Amino acid sequence: MDSFRSKIFPVTAILAGVVVLWYVFAVILNAPFQRDLDSRANETPGVVEFVGKTLAQPKPTLPAPHQVAVNFFENTFLRSVTSNRSLVYNAWVTLSSTLLGFAFGTALGIVIAVGIVHVATLDRSLMPWIIASQTIPILAVAPMIIVVLAAVGITGLIPKALISTYLSFFPVAVGMVKGLRSPELMHLDLMHTYNASRSQTFWKLRVPASVPFLFTSMKVAVAASLVGAIVGELPTGAVAGIGAKLLAGAYYSQTVDIWSALVAGSIVAALLVMVVGIAGRLVDRAMGGRPA
Amino acid sequence: MRFPNHSWQTWIVLPFAGLLAFLFASMNGVPSAPPPYGTLSGGVAIALVLISTLAANYTSNRLLEAVFLFAGAHGAAFFLLAGIKGHEGTAGPAYYLLLASAWLLAWRCVTILSGRRATARPMSIALRLIIPAIFGAWILIIWEAVTRGAGIPFILLPPPSAIGARIANSLPILGSDVRQTIFKAVLIGYVVGNLAGFVVAILADRVPFLRRGLLPIGNMVSALPIIGVAPIMVMWFGFDWPSKAAVVIIMTFFPMLVNTVAGLAASGHMERDLMRTYASGYWPTLLKLRLPAAMPFIFNALKINSTLALIGAIVAEFFGTPVVGMGFRISTEVGRMNIDMVWAEIAVAALAGSVFYGVVALIERAVTFWHPSVRGG
Repeated sequence: MDSFRSKIFPVTAILAGVVVLWYVFAVILNAPFQRDLDSRANETPGVVEFVGKTLAQPKPTLPAPHQVAVNFFENTFLRSVTSNRSLVYNAWVTLSSTLLGFAFGTALGIVIAVGIVHVATLDRSLMPWIIASQTIPILAVAPMIIVVLAAVGITGLIPKALISTYLSFFPVAVGMVKGLRSPELMHLDLMHTYNASRSQTFWKLRVPASVPFLFTSMKVAVAASLVGAIVGELPTGAVAGIGAKLLAGAYYSQTVDIWSALVAGSIVAALLVMVVGIAGRLVDRAMGGRPA
Repeated sequence: MRFPNHSWQTWIVLPFAGLLAFLFASMNGVPSAPPPYGTLSGGVAIALVLISTLAANYTSNRLLEAVFLFAGAHGAAFFLLAGIKGHEGTAGPAYYLLLASAWLLAWRCVTILSGRRATARPMSIALRLIIPAIFGAWILIIWEAVTRGAGIPFILLPPPSAIGARIANSLPILGSDVRQTIFKAVLIGYVVGNLAGFVVAILADRVPFLRRGLLPIGNMVSALPIIGVAPIMVMWFGFDWPSKAAVVIIMTFFPMLVNTVAGLAASGHMERDLMRTYASGYWPTLLKLRLPAAMPFIFNALKINSTLALIGAIVAEFFGTPVVGMGFRISTEVGRMNIDMVWAEIAVAALAGSVFYGVVALIERAVTFWHPSVRGG
């Protein structure tokens, strides 16, 4: 608990510093527009009133934290969940394609990793491409996948989930290959002395050894598939979802909306990574792992 | 018949190749037979598959077998694709059977090659390049053969040859897009973002309070969809490259910060104690011991960031740009259904990303020459 306390104070202090800085910048960035407004209205407000006004603009350059918080609260808790302005609804739209894509991507990544570990041909021909593909800005393909699939009549969840699949299977494949190869020679030799078959070695040694690697790479993959789902919503003409909220906010200069959509996206991301982390710890404990 | 080399691929291919040769001979002269029948190149392709399979089966030299298979598979693919020209979308079952046969031969070839343990260094490097190259080539061959053979609509998936032609025809446009997106937004943002992350990491290293507070935040931020700040940056810094550079700066800052802080803790106690016995202060220790020890971590961040920077700049362009740039081109050409141009742009982006990564990796090898992973321990 001591390390927890030694962390929590600095973190809160720095977060508080960020909020203060945010307010300062909100005043500085919104001041020119407010000054312009005041001079047109022939008003000369005092300093306190002026600062108050800069923090309460309807379309500020940088919305103040409390504006974002209020907007977020209104759109999350006060609106009915089915309204398409509700952040819960939009987050759910994004989350559903994220999860579908993540599930596909993880399954695909594991299958590819098992293939690579067991078939030498695949290892030497496919693995270099998987590593090379990490260096490619894959996200650029997103709008094309969406539009092309829409042209064939496939719309909605599947195209976005495909992008998430694409983004999330690389980390899982690479992590699982590492994990399935992580048993040492000693352990493999031990299995050999037990006269274990290939599948017994796989299920009883390789798979348990790979579980920590799987969950580490799944954390990366789930974050990547959320990004994929958000970017996948950009070119569809903004129907629903966090990406659509961002785009709509950008079109109509609704800065407060953009920021609260960002907050919603961040919360979803943090929750997803946390859930994967907790699942990893539970599985580890169920398998008899000792806390490190 | 006596086969010195048994492989399931050639066992499958041989009867099919024989069947194809028989059908080809019997279909000769039948009007409007689907390709590959009735064309000279189709016949050549079938003959190549048959001959190379037989030749591969009768040679006892593994390397010679691989050469026969390589020549047969790729020659057959070449003639198959040459034969479909002018008959797009009319391919019959024999066409796909031939394609599958050639692919199986190439697979057998790769299996032989990956089974070889090269002793000489140049040989091993050549093998490391050839095996994935054959795999990549077959993805392209199958893509080309299926899109053209089945006549898949151009809008859905253009064949690689059309994309290549498009790249060759629109070099000026692609060049100006690369200049706008990569040489302005990506490079400037990458340099500034990494430098900022590095400087803050040094600061955090000097002030333990800052380090304990920033590190958990930095770790958490790496999971967030930072790309979402793109519309805000476009509003603040305008449509031109500065807004994209700003997105890149934000995206590259945190990986650099987290990795550098981790790297600065990587030097061992012994070495640090040694520096203390030399009475070296904070800065000499940092420059002579801790920064060099942190280099593998810093280059890890630089590599991660090379991809992130490209993604950030391209996606930020989806939110508004002047009429040039890779992200702009992708989103507008998608809207106009010029899918081949989109693929051309993606190919260029992939190339740029690989080159960028490769350059960083080369510099890493030069800088961290002492590291076990580079020395080849």
